[in-house]
Order: sequence, then structure tokens, then C-alpha cells
Amino acid sequence: MNKPILSVKNLTMNFGGLKALDDVSIAIEKGQIAALIGPNGAGKTTFFNCITGIYEPTKGVVEITPPGKNTQSLRGLKPNYVTERGIARTFQNIRLFHGMTVLENVMIGRHCRLSSGIIKAMLQPPSQKNEEQKAVTDSYEILEKIGLAKYVNDMAVNLPYGAQRRLEIARALATDPFLLLLDEPAAGMNPQETKELDDLILWLRDNENLTILLIEHDMKLVMSLSDWIHVVDYGKKIAEGTPEDIKANSDVIKAYLGEDSDDA
Amino acid sequence: MAIKNQIKQSLIIAFWFMILTFPIMVIKVNTIQNTIDFRWANLLWVGIVTFFASMVWNYFLRRNEAQKKKEIDDDIPLIHRLLQNDRFRRPFLGVVAAFFLAYPFVFPMYHTSIMISALVYVMLGLGLNIVVGLAGLLDLGYVAFYAVGAYAYALLNLHFGLSFWVVLPMSALLGTLFGVMLGYPVLRLRGDYLAIVTLGFGEIIRIVLENWDTFSNGPRGIADIPPPTFFGHYFDQHDTMIYIYFIVTGLVLMTIFFVNRLENSKIGRAWIALRDDEIACQAMGIDKFKTKLTAFALGATWAAMGGVVFAAKTSYINPMSFTIWESITILCVVVIGGMGSAIGVIAGALVLILLPEYLRAVSEYRMLVFGALQVIVMVFKPDGLIKSVRKVYTFNVQEKAIHEQTHT
Ligand SMILES: Nc1ncnc2c1ncn2[C@@H]1O[C@H](COP(=O)(O)OP(=O)(O)O)[C@@H](O)[C@H]1O
Ligand SMILES: [Mg+2]
Repeated sequence: MNKPILSVKNLTMNFGGLKALDDVSIAIEKGQIAALIGPNGAGKTTFFNCITGIYEPTKGVVEITPPGKNTQSLRGLKPNYVTERGIARTFQNIRLFHGMTVLENVMIGRHCRLSSGIIKAMLQPPSQKNEEQKAVTDSYEILEKIGLAKYVNDMAVNLPYGAQRRLEIARALATDPFLLLLDEPAAGMNPQETKELDDLILWLRDNENLTILLIEHDMKLVMSLSDWIHVVDYGKKIAEGTPEDIKANSDVIKAYLGEDSDDA
Repeated sequence: MAIKNQIKQSLIIAFWFMILTFPIMVIKVNTIQNTIDFRWANLLWVGIVTFFASMVWNYFLRRNEAQKKKEIDDDIPLIHRLLQNDRFRRPFLGVVAAFFLAYPFVFPMYHTSIMISALVYVMLGLGLNIVVGLAGLLDLGYVAFYAVGAYAYALLNLHFGLSFWVVLPMSALLGTLFGVMLGYPVLRLRGDYLAIVTLGFGEIIRIVLENWDTFSNGPRGIADIPPPTFFGHYFDQHDTMIYIYFIVTGLVLMTIFFVNRLENSKIGRAWIALRDDEIACQAMGIDKFKTKLTAFALGATWAAMGGVVFAAKTSYINPMSFTIWESITILCVVVIGGMGSAIGVIAGALVLILLPEYLRAVSEYRMLVFGALQVIVMVFKPDGLIKSVRKVYTFNVQEKAIHEQTHT
């Protein structure tokens, strides 16, 4: 059997006295669209931050097995090295580079795949020029795929809200990931935009060979997209399974309806 | 009605200013007769001037807001729009080139000397613009690297007889080295903390120069620094000034050339990303620390070269030339000119350095004027005199061929 593409074991993250994550274990298989759901403050974003190196987890194992490569640990790696190893993410509260155009935002994603240094940037030998042109065309192609090509030279902040969320995805794609982590990609979107996002995520999995883990509150989106769902509540994992399993799971219903849980 | 509120507000401000300035504007101790004079007329003047200043201020503030609401993204500065226009660009650059070529021959030496200072500040401003404007690192100790360059030339010449042209490239390397050395420990700090620590480092370098007599000759400084030679040949005083003028013009052109290339390269984009959002920047695979360090070190490189030119021009340096005020002046050039905008920084340097020289009456209050300008710019033009504009790429969708239009 193939190893899971992402394997997280016994992940614990303490903020002072607060256990934002408590012994969470999650495995993501290659080619899956997996969802991580849970009420607000359950620790979902913290989970992403622990994997991507923004936080160093208090305890636990984070391992990846990129397609065709060996298993390696991500623990303690800085965020930029995690990205280099092929994990890209978007942010719940949009974090675009507002001083740059849409194209440049995507080109930033190409950064870790470009090799020219400072000296080359100043002297601009043909190798640097070619690389730079390629970065421009590659980035433009990504914008075309995501449907943002018409905004190419606009400043990122001037985009409509839904387009900003898509630009975050475009930027993440530019880093050539094998695993894409989406933190509430549909938040704030209208039904039309959400529908388009739904199509985009499916398209990404099928055409870009991506594995996707998404955090989402829009249950319709989650249930229709996901192959597998993980549920966390108060930092603890309370369930996992197919959308059907999860819909029927009494713990999950309890967590979402906000009833007092018996193990207070 | 709005105008009524306006007047009321201005009246209050005027009244408040009258109280504030009462001790200095009205009361005067007559030391000869040991009496106190009350100059009530001054009070009236303060009131009237403040009232009208406040009205004008508010007028511009409101007009500015009204404009902002109309259009956010379409306000590309005029100079950029003109430079984008092919028909205009050539004649414009031609006129600028002709002006700077003719300048030292048309104007007397005194003006050439002032222009050299201004151009050195253009270099310094463009260097600091990398650090502050692009990478968003508030460096208040920038003058330290300027001092490194100046002392490098003075000392290497004094002890080893090295000439200007040998020291200039050496100083660039030395500046980079110092940038890395000072940047390494401090760049883990952010924002205000970074500003304070760099300020401290800047002062340390100056204090070392002031007190390490055997090394730097202390507060007495170093005199008789030779001007640059032309293939071993010295010019007379007048021609030397012209010669230095052209050297510094060349250095400024080189700076513009390289800074422009850097700005639109992988590393330049990384700087801006870092300034805009550190966390997202790292998540895009950018090494935060390395990127900061390169910005800091490259900024230092240009400061050091500026220092060499400064030493060669004045032929005398002492630690007093490298106080915190110098750092602040360079920072003003960047902020008032337009953070991240090369054209803005050039305009800022020329305005801020040339104006006080020509308006002698103002030069006493240089820092006061800079402060006031800073406030005015922050309120009315928060992006500086000429704000930065990003590169525009054009795409031929069918062929995916790209043409680039640079604005510089
Ligand atoms: N940097 C931090 N410092 C302290 N507490 C934090 C930090 N980040 C998150 N938390 C806490 O961890 C808990 C989980 O937060 P988060 O992961 O953002 O939840 P979710 O994304 O599921 O809504 C919350 O109680 C939050 O306040
Ligand atoms: Mg969250």
C-alpha cells in the first residue's frame, strides 16, 4: 500500500495554557480532496500553521511523502522550506501583497523555483533574462487557468473579493505544490463565486495532479467536494470518514449544535 | 453647515496656538530695565496666521479626500505617464541629459558644489530606498555605512596611498561587508525595535570614530584627503569640482540602472513581498532573513560609495559629518520623495538638499522645514511626491509572447 502523502501523528500545540491542538492524527492520501471541519476556534488554522512551519508544534510528527520521493519530516522546518518541499497554502484572512500587481503576486510564488541571484539580477545575462521571461509566461498561464488573466496588471488590492481569494490560490499554485492547503477559500463569497470555486477545486485535483486539504464552513461545498472529512472540536479530533459517515455522526452533530459535551 | 464647523474648528485651533506660543511670542524679558514686555500684537498675528493656515489645511484635506473617493487606482503620477509615452520620453530624457551635462559649465563652481552634494544624496536615497522603501526595514543608522565609505577612503589613502579609483570599488565591498555584519544580529527584530537598534548602531560607529584617536584621529578628523585623479593626473580646484561632478553623475546613473534592475527582479519582488506581508512572503517560499540581509547589505553598498565621493569632495572629514541627523535627512529624502519609487527619491533629494541651500533664510530651520514637509506629505500625499508604479507587462494572448514596458 502507498504511504499517505501527508501523515500527521499526535500533533499537540500549546499556547501558554491553551491546548489549541491536542493529540491530533490525520493522514491524507494522494489525489484526495480532504476537508478539515470544526466550529470556530477548534484549531483548524492552527493545524495548517503547524504543518507549514509558521508555528513549531509542541509535540507530534509531521511527515510527507511527495509523489516519487522518500518520506521526510517537516517538523521544525521554516515556512519557506516547507513550501520548497511542495506544500502550498492560502490564508483565511486574505494575505495578498498589496504593493504589487496581480501578475507579480503570482510571480512571487515562482520565487523558490528560480535560481538567479543578485549579481545576475544586476547584470542580466541571457540565462537570467530567459528565466525571468519564463517566470512571467508561467505566471500568466496560471492566471489564465484560474480565470484571472484579465486582471493581470491591476494592483492586487483593487480586485473584487472573490477574485482576491482566487488569486491566493493562483499564487499558491505557482510554487509547484503537490499538496494544497486551502483555509476557508469560500469565506465571504456569494453563491455564484462559491460554485465557481467548487469547479476550480475539482479541476485542480483532476488536471494538476494535486492533493487538496481544505478548511471550510460551507457544508454544502464540503459535502459535495470531499472524499474524506476530518472533524476537530476544541483542539481534539472527534471524527473522520466519508461525507455520509460524518453527516450521520452524533458527536459531530453535537459539536455543531453546540450542546454541552459530556467530557467537559 | 460644514463651513460653519470649519470656522469654529479653526478658531479653536488658533486660540490653542495663541496659548501655546504665549510664553515665547508674547512675553519678553527686558534684561536692561529688568521689566517684562508683553507684545500683544504678536499674539494677534499668531491667531490670524494660525486661523488661515488651518482653513487652507482643511480645504486641501477635504479636496484630497474627495479625489480619493473618485478613483483609487488610476492615479499614475504624471511623470510616469509622460515617461511611458514614447513620443515624450526621448525629448524629455534628452533635455534632462543636456541640462546635467551643461550644468557645471554654465553655473559657477559654488552651484556645482551644491549639485554634487545633492547628487550624493540621490545615491544615498536610492540606497536607503532599497532598505526602507522596498524591503520595509526602518533603518535609522544608515549614516554609519556612509561613514564607513568616507573613512575607508581617508584612511586607506593616508596609510597606503590608495587612490580614489582603487578605494571606490573596495568601499562598495566594505559597505556590503559592514551591512552583513551589522544586519546579521539586528535583522531578527522588527519595526520599531529595528529602528531603535539601527539608530544605536549608527551612533556606536560615530562614537568609535570620535574616541579611537589612534585609528581615526578622533574629533579632529582627517584633512587633506586628495580629490580623484584622472589617470594619475590632478586637476586644479575648479576643474576638480567639475570632474567630481561628472563622477557622481555617473555613479548616480549606475545606481539608477542597477536599482531599477533589482527592483524588477526576483530579489526585488521578494523585498516588496516581505514589506507587504512577512508571513505570506515566507509561505511563498522566500527566506525572510536572507532577503532582509541582502536589502540591508545592498543599501550599505551604495552608502559606502557615497561616502567615498563625499570625502573626496570635501577633502576633510570628521565624525560630526555622520550624526543621526544625517540618517534622518536621508530618510526624509526617501519618505518625502516616495517610498519605493526611484523617481520620487531623486526628486526628493533634489528638492530637500537644493532648496535649503538656495533659500538661505530657511536653512537655519532645515530640520523644522523637513518636519513640516513630512507632516504635509503624510497627510496629503501619503505615497510621497511621486509614488511608485509597478512594471506593466503586455501579453499577446495568441502567441504568449511578451513585451515589457519599463517605466524609468
Ligand atoms: N498565536 C496564537 N496565540 C495564542 N492563541 C492562539 C494563537 N493562534 C490561535 N490561538 C488560539 O487557538 C485556538 C484555535 O484557533 P484557530 O486555529 O484559529 O481556530 P479555527 O481556525 O479552527 O477557527 C483559538 O482559541 C485561538 O484563540
Ligand atoms: Mg481558522
